[in-house]
Amino acid sequence: MYLTKEEERILDGEFGEGMRKAMELLVAIGDAYDAEKLIPITRAHAASSGQEGDMYFVELLAKGGASCRVPTTTNPVYDMEYFHSIFEISEEEAEVPRRVKKAYKQIDAILSWSCTPYITENIPLYGEHVAFSESSATPYVNSVIGARTNREAAQSALAAGIIGKTPEYGLHFKENRKGTHLVKVEADLKDEFDYTLLGYYVAKQIGYGIPVFTGISKQPSTEQLINLCAMLNTPGAVPMFHIPGFTVEAKTVKDAFQGDVPEDKITVTDDELKRTYEEIRGASGKIDLVMLGCPHYTLKQVEEVARLLRGKKIHRDVSFWVCTSATAKLLAERNGYLSEIERAGGHVVADTCIDEPCWHPYKDKTGATDSPKCAYYRRFKEAVITRLKDCVEAAVKGEWG
Amino acid sequence: MRGLEVTLKCHKIVGGYGEGEALISHEPICFYLTNPKTGIIREKGHELEGKSVANKVLIFPSGKASSVVQIDGLFKLASNGVAPKAMIVKDVETVLIVSAVIANVPLVDRLEKDPFHIIHTGDFVKVNADEGKVTVIKSS
Repeated sequence: MYLTKEEERILDGEFGEGMRKAMELLVAIGDAYDAEKLIPITRAHAASSGQEGDMYFVELLAKGGASCRVPTTTNPVYDMEYFHSIFEISEEEAEVPRRVKKAYKQIDAILSWSCTPYITENIPLYGEHVAFSESSATPYVNSVIGARTNREAAQSALAAGIIGKTPEYGLHFKENRKGTHLVKVEADLKDEFDYTLLGYYVAKQIGYGIPVFTGISKQPSTEQLINLCAMLNTPGAVPMFHIPGFTVEAKTVKDAFQGDVPEDKITVTDDELKRTYEEIRGASGKIDLVMLGCPHYTLKQVEEVARLLRGKKIHRDVSFWVCTSATAKLLAERNGYLSEIERAGGHVVADTCIDEPCWHPYKDKTGATDSPKCAYYRRFKEAVITRLKDCVEAAVKGEWG
Repeated sequence: MRGLEVTLKCHKIVGGYGEGEALISHEPICFYLTNPKTGIIREKGHELEGKSVANKVLIFPSGKASSVVQIDGLFKLASNGVAPKAMIVKDVETVLIVSAVIANVPLVDRLEKDPFHIIHTGDFVKVNADEGKVTVIKSS
């Protein structure tokens, strides 16, 4: 890969060990994918995880004097203060997240601690070149917004944020953004959970690729698209998709394929969605917790939880959790949704991912969730996957099905 | 053929030098599914289950699993001094590259001959990623 004089000097360590390591990473990726050069990016999202590998890299950057050259947001770890008031958290357990948070602050990342920053504090515009990691974030900014990013790992996105550049390959080129699979949707997509099932089913069918959806006639909501994005990357690795008529980059199916529309297609009817649901839903019976907000619930979803819980009480043996962004939690508090959920016995927590060690009290428990991604990474033993309203009903009764 | 030495060109992804006994895996590897203290693969049903990657030159088709776990897995092996000395792969992807950079393990691909034909478990292999060279010393 060609490097400018300045980029060479960064790689030689003239700007410190932090920038050198970030550049080394970008050069390795550029070489692997035969990129010719680095191109400027305007923003990044690092899927920080609060695990040891993540901590090592961000501390190395911080100690090496690096800081973000473009706005770079962070993924959730967990809200230690909130958990500490409920569970016992040992000093040892608290050490990694504390150090991770400190190091991201030191490198001047935007401390969003949210997996959906693309609807709150880190929103690219059409055509922007960016570096976004995180399963729902990559396809959302590529498909819904029409910005350009590869499917980054947490550290490659962070390195891009530090240098302000990324190797030019893959989805930074228009010709690589064309559809690979035609998906004809005959199912009636009624709610957010139907988009979850659609994403899950299609990812299982294609694994990797750029699906083009036809047959969707109603405007999808933000929440429906977030679920589609996340689930396309749970059993699969889908960096982008097109819904001609709704997503921005292709007006027609032909545009989406940049020419020839393939003859083969995947057809999704109500039957496929029903069978997918039967396959993933899990066994009926007693539940110990409900875990919502993977990806982080939007304000609208928090409001819906408050509405579904109105006049009800969560069963005394059930813990009820809603994970959301700090922004949505603040507004939920202002709008009274937070107190409604708390009055019913539920928790709303910001800055927190469902896949963190803080959930260890639930390791032998059965949990209900509306997210197959949550179930995949779960920190509890048995999982039930079903619609939000069923999760709320199960929380009230203490059992499901 | 014992002691026969063959040098092949390769494509550097992560620089550095590493040498050791070759360990071949025909299946992708997830470093999270190894014992972080010993480097022994504990993935059920994996062809290398029970074998250790520690200080080997590992030849495998590609990595697998999510970025968080793969990076953490290789990093822990490296911190405990039981990571592979170098890695030769067929298909690279971003997660494996990042893992190798963070763990400081040399990583190469595009050997001029199919590594699965030319290298066998037990051969001694020197990987000079910086010079784009792999030297194989046959064990039999």
